[in-house]
Amino acid sequence: MGRFNLNNSYKAIVIGGSAGSFQGITKILSQLPKTFPLPIIMCLHRLKHVRNGFVEALSIKSVFPVVEPYDKEQIKKGGVYLAPSNYHMSVELGNYFAMSTEEMMNNSRPAIDITLGTAAYVYRDKLIGILLSGANRDGGMGMKHIKDRGGLTIVQEPSECMIDTMPKAAMALTKIDHVLKVDEIVTLINELDKYYR
Amino acid sequence: MIQDIDIADLKRITELIQAKYGYDFRNYAMSSFKRRMLRILELKNLTVESLIRKLNDSPTFINEFLDELTVNVTEMFRDPSFWRVMRDEIIPGILLNHKTFNIWHAGCSSGEEVLSMAILLREMGIHNDVSLYATDLDTTILEKAKMATYPAKNMELNEKNYIRFEGKWTLKDYCKEENGKVTFDKGLLANVTFRKHDLVTGDIFNKFDLILCRNVMIYFNQNLQNEVLKKFHESLFKYGYLAIGSKESLIWCDVANRFLVVNNEEKVYKKIKD
Repeated sequence: MGRFNLNNSYKAIVIGGSAGSFQGITKILSQLPKTFPLPIIMCLHRLKHVRNGFVEALSIKSVFPVVEPYDKEQIKKGGVYLAPSNYHMSVELGNYFAMSTEEMMNNSRPAIDITLGTAAYVYRDKLIGILLSGANRDGGMGMKHIKDRGGLTIVQEPSECMIDTMPKAAMALTKIDHVLKVDEIVTLINELDKYYR
Repeated sequence: MIQDIDIADLKRITELIQAKYGYDFRNYAMSSFKRRMLRILELKNLTVESLIRKLNDSPTFINEFLDELTVNVTEMFRDPSFWRVMRDEIIPGILLNHKTFNIWHAGCSSGEEVLSMAILLREMGIHNDVSLYATDLDTTILEKAKMATYPAKNMELNEKNYIRFEGKWTLKDYCKEENGKVTFDKGLLANVTFRKHDLVTGDIFNKFDLILCRNVMIYFNQNLQNEVLKKFHESLFKYGYLAIGSKESLIWCDVANRFLVVNNEEKVYKKIKD
């Protein structure tokens, strides 16, 4: 059934992105199925000292409201979560978030590798990881963790990226299951939704 | 994050530290604790087995270990809007009823927040009326906090925060630069008592009008957060204030209904019931 050979075992989608990813993210969030059952956990590089505005900008077009979770907040079905500025965001066993102010990783806080790596640890083969346009290598290791634990890996087609360093870093580190344009990522998510009906 | 450490090994290490040194890390949040342990293994070039041997055989190693284990990343005037609320609303609120008062910085790390408070109080002209207590479990970092000396490269961020705080002068007016380091005016710390204190195992040691504990409890699991918040509640005078980090919340803890939200955006609470 369908192009991507999916199933209904997945528990979460995690998305990383940096420079040039805003448009792609907005498109994905604006075309989510109304009944989409999985949490979407996003870690996007952002201005460290601007606490407000970003989540509002993402929410405008999103089918579901985007929230910056609190430390120890439970991860819910259908929730769309964004790592808050100046905090690393981890997924913990027990299905909740934890924040930290540890050292920057890959010059970033939030670091995509941390969100992706901890999500991979918790959800194992029940996780879909998506890495979009970006100008540094953050997220590459996280995608490797997802693949190593049996999850599904997707990167944005480098030719479509404003800056392709990030997806290419992931492709160099691990096997990527699907290299897709944003429109095709939208198609995949809509196809995935059908398995949960 | 290349290597991994399993939960059984983490448990062996925390149990050893508890038995031998009395620190209890069993209720720390798992993923950040694991990253800290992996970081120590990498920095010190140790395996789990050699770390355990070192903790067992070398009693002085524990201080070095604690200094790396605890997260000591901090800024002056982090979240400038928080500091404006302190200056324009919270401290004026305390001053309505008290000419002199006490502040506790719980988990003060290298002291940037204590210095920020001292500068704020000096700019309000009440620096001599306030006693500050700054505590941390890490004695190495407490010594650094007492020195009030920081890498000059940190000052760009600190100064930016201070500008957004809308302070009266510039941070440069409070410090001297020498050999790539800045040292703040020691007078700022004249009313500060630094002491070693572990939030997990430590006792209630004083009563306060204001407690700041921002981005410290994020390293604890919910059970431990709950226990520590009880201690804060007990350590506050009635109508005293508690400030936590912008992504922390009181809503799921036992003492939540004994506090009133004073500022939800900046996470400032007031104790309204004993």
